[in-house]
Amino acid sequence: MNRRHFNKTVAAAGVVSALAPFGIVRAQATKLKVGVILPRSGVQGLIGQSCQKGADLAPGVIKEMLGVDIELMNADWESNVDTARTRAERLIQEGAHVLVGPFDSGAATAIAQVAEQRGIPFVINIAAAPPITEQGYKFVFRNFQTAGDIVRNGLALMGDLFRATNVAPRTAVYMHVNDTFGQAMSGGIRAILPSQTQLPFKIVETISYDPAAKDLTVEVGKAKSTNADFLLLVCRLNDAIILRREMVKQRWNPMGVISPGSPGMYEEQFSKSLGKLGDYCISNVPWYNPNAPLTKVVEKAFLKQNPKDKLVFHGLNAGFTFEAILIAADAFKRARSTDPKTLADAIRQTNITSKMMLGGPIKFNAKGQVEGIGSACLQNLNQVPTVVLPTAAATAKPVFPMPGYHKA
Amino acid sequence: MDPVNVINLVLAGVLTGLVYGLMALGLSVIFGVVRVVNFAHGEMMTIAMYAAVVLFATLGLDPFLAVLPVAAVFFVLGYALQAGLINPFITRPEHSQFMLLVAVALIMVNALLIVFGPSARSVQLDYLLDSIDVGPLLLDRGKVYAALVALATSALLFAFFKLTATGKAIRACADNYLGAKVVGLNVKHLYALTFGLGSACVAVAGCMMVLLVDVTPVLGPAYTLLAFVIVIVGGLGSMTGALLGGVLIGVSEALAGLFITPSAKSMFSFGLLILVLLLRPQGLLGKKP
Repeated sequence: MNRRHFNKTVAAAGVVSALAPFGIVRAQATKLKVGVILPRSGVQGLIGQSCQKGADLAPGVIKEMLGVDIELMNADWESNVDTARTRAERLIQEGAHVLVGPFDSGAATAIAQVAEQRGIPFVINIAAAPPITEQGYKFVFRNFQTAGDIVRNGLALMGDLFRATNVAPRTAVYMHVNDTFGQAMSGGIRAILPSQTQLPFKIVETISYDPAAKDLTVEVGKAKSTNADFLLLVCRLNDAIILRREMVKQRWNPMGVISPGSPGMYEEQFSKSLGKLGDYCISNVPWYNPNAPLTKVVEKAFLKQNPKDKLVFHGLNAGFTFEAILIAADAFKRARSTDPKTLADAIRQTNITSKMMLGGPIKFNAKGQVEGIGSACLQNLNQVPTVVLPTAAATAKPVFPMPGYHKA
Repeated sequence: MDPVNVINLVLAGVLTGLVYGLMALGLSVIFGVVRVVNFAHGEMMTIAMYAAVVLFATLGLDPFLAVLPVAAVFFVLGYALQAGLINPFITRPEHSQFMLLVAVALIMVNALLIVFGPSARSVQLDYLLDSIDVGPLLLDRGKVYAALVALATSALLFAFFKLTATGKAIRACADNYLGAKVVGLNVKHLYALTFGLGSACVAVAGCMMVLLVDVTPVLGPAYTLLAFVIVIVGGLGSMTGALLGGVLIGVSEALAGLFITPSAKSMFSFGLLILVLLLRPQGLLGKKP
């Protein structure tokens, strides 16, 4: 190496090290490292694994769509909020450019604090507690309905259901999990239900319970004793299974079991565990548009990766997780940088019109929240969650009141 | 509140409490004799629950029939655990015993996670969705059968300790360690036998518990804690106390859920524990040290 060559090398190294803190060098990154943080074990393990299916198919589909290379860095927060915080920290330390997850409002709240402190963009796939996007955070984005929106859409669909079946239940007993999500949903129901004058029922009793409960005998007994016309339920997966079994044991046959927007009853494990006993349960939830071109692409990739599975059992979980990674990839493509601030700015400018889930385009408001995400009324029919409302997207007619379990 | 519904739920609490009591009985027997607190108790029960699930899934064996082979295997494992691992720690400080058994518990939980994964598993039997009509009352068939097995197992254990020579020898060891050695009893063998019996007891409780709840690998610590609450309320080392404690916890959880809020069920159990510790530190049927 001669003197001139040596000087050039030193000068180049100097420029690189001077620009590095400003992210100018990192702008040349060709691969986006996405830290996917989900509850793949513990009480929410099955739902976390369902979300993971959406993440696993994302790199292939997005490479075809956008030509962007994605490296997934998977982390399990074990259904424990404290673990979620430490896993998020570790993903950032290990070089994640953006975080995606975590299917839980409590965990999302914890991860949002970490992401904001460390200045790393965090795209929430599923978590509904409104305060998450009310904190003035600059790096936190949510492509999912808030609890208020879920309840508003869920109650509106409930009104549609009663009109479509010409049934007007007068009373409901409201049971809900007592975690962050359940509390947020309850707040939404308390705030919105009184204004829904078209709904014919009133809530006669509210019963909260632990989502990790192993036995719901007392809770169901208490609900049964109200003689309410139907059960309004905000649940998770395992508790929904236990609760439905307990209803059968206690021979409680209300007109229906309706969720105004919670997981659990449309999951595959619900139908697998309960068989026909899981039929006729209704979930009004954000859902995918089966006719959207992107859905067809995702479904094909899903079946390729999971030949024995069906997208319909993972629609919400896999769909929103896929879209969260799509949002990050789209921003990365436009920003041509992994610099956190540049990436966050690009996410803020997102406008994805070709999407999978129901509703308008993916556009974030000033708080980092996507508005206008749609819901569907799903009823388990022949052990498959089936869209029964809105009529335009329905593939079957709703059944309400539900037949007694002994006739199922 | 409909009184029939209240009675239904109290009875459900009694039935669940009896299975809780059987689980805690194993802990109480082991502590009462060996003076070692088994911090892997709940984890052992979780393994028994998985054993029942596997026997059902592979051989179609009803958990009521699985009780015998699972209990026999657990007796042998319990004996080996005491003879091979715990006996050397008997004379060591309590914190060494604590660390040993916590380590055993952690290994058990992680082994279950590796083998079975995190998903909940259960035994699906049609009769578990049935209820028995007793006049206006409705009793969960699975819980009734499980409680009957718990009562029968407890009676067998009581009979063994009261009526057999080996049982009397074990009680002698518990009463006077030095005296038992002086009269020539093989104390180490009797300790291992006791641990085996306690483990078999846990195995029966596990086979019955799987009829009532779904099993996951992380269930163990919660049941270890529950067993401790029960034996402390009933009296550490007292076999009758363990059963009584189980029933009390089962009923108090039902009543708290019914009249206060279901979310307060566990809180009520711990409230009961604090009350007993304040008013009768040796437990309801325990002897003063």
